[in-house]
Amino acid sequence: MDAKAKNNEFTIAGKTFSSRFLIGTSRYPNQQIMMDAIEASGAEIVTVAVRRVSQDSGGEGLYDLLGDRFHLLPNTAGCFTAKDAVVTAELAREALETNWVKLEVIGDDETLFPDVEQLLRAAEELVKKGFIVLPYCNDDPITCKKLEDMGCAAVMPLAAPIGSGMGIRNPYNLRIIREQCSVPIIVDAGVGTASDAAEALELGCDGILLNTAVAGARDPVKMAKAMKLGIEAGRYAFEAGRIPRRLYATASTPTDGAIEL
Amino acid sequence: MSETIFINGERKLFSSSTLIGLVEENGVDSSKGGVAVALNGEVVPRADWAQTSMKPDDKVEIVHIVRGG
Repeated sequence: MDAKAKNNEFTIAGKTFSSRFLIGTSRYPNQQIMMDAIEASGAEIVTVAVRRVSQDSGGEGLYDLLGDRFHLLPNTAGCFTAKDAVVTAELAREALETNWVKLEVIGDDETLFPDVEQLLRAAEELVKKGFIVLPYCNDDPITCKKLEDMGCAAVMPLAAPIGSGMGIRNPYNLRIIREQCSVPIIVDAGVGTASDAAEALELGCDGILLNTAVAGARDPVKMAKAMKLGIEAGRYAFEAGRIPRRLYATASTPTDGAIEL
Repeated sequence: MSETIFINGERKLFSSSTLIGLVEENGVDSSKGGVAVALNGEVVPRADWAQTSMKPDDKVEIVHIVRGG
C-alpha cells in the first residue's frame, strides 16, 4: 500500500476506511451536485436521516441511489430526548440493516448544542443494545471521556455550532480530548473551509464529518475536493510533527562563512 | 363504527389487516430497502410485517431514509 493511502486510512470499531472524510447528504442545490460532491470528497461514510414517509415524498429513493456504493451512517437528528433517539436508531437499524448510528440528542433548536444528560443516557442504552455509537457531542473532554468509557466507538465533538462555519473555536479542548481519549475523534460540525479541516487534523483529530460547508459553498464539488485535500494535508502535518512556536527568529540559512566588511 | 389508528401522528381509518398492507397503502414499496416501521414505539422487523395486525388506536410510525447531515 502506498503512503498516501495509509495516510488517509483509519479504523472505527474494527472497520478500516480509506478516507477520513465523512460527508452529509443534505442541502445541496440538486441531486446531481450532491452525487458529484460526494464523489469529489472521496468519502466512504455518508450520513443520512430517518423521517416519516409522507404521501408527497413517497420514498425519496436515496437508499437506492447511495445504498450500494457507500457506508450509510444514519443520524438521530431532530431528537430531543434519549427515548426518541433510541427508537430512531432502532428504526434506522431496521431500514438500513446497520447497527452504526450517528447519535444526536440536541438541547434546543437555536444552538443545536447537545443535551449532554440525554446524550449520555441514549449512548449507554444504544451501546447495551449492540449499536456502534458515534455521538455528536460538545468539545468537552469530560463528556468525551464518559462516552468513550461507556463504549462508544468514536467521539464526535463539535468545533462550532452545526452549520455555523465558524471553524475550530476551541483548539485547546480538542488537544485535551486527543490526549485523553483513545477512540477516534471526528470533528462533527462547525468546519467552514478547508483550512479548518486541516487544523482539526493537525491537532490530532482522526476525521471530519461535515455537510453544510460543502453543500452551501458556491461550488460544492470544488469545496468537497478542497476539504479532502485539507484533511489529507492536516493529517500529514500531524504525522510529520510541527516545529515548536518561538517568539524570536531562528536563521534558516547558516551564518558560517558570511562575509564581514 | 369505523376503526381508526394513528399513522405518523395522524388519525386515519385503516382497511388493511396487516402492517405490510398498511405500508403499501401509504405509498411505500414494501419490497424496497430503506424503510422501517414501529408499532406503539417498538420496531417491527420487516419479516414480521405480514403477520402483524393492528388494533384501534395503535400508533404506527412508517419511516424512510432521507437526506441528512
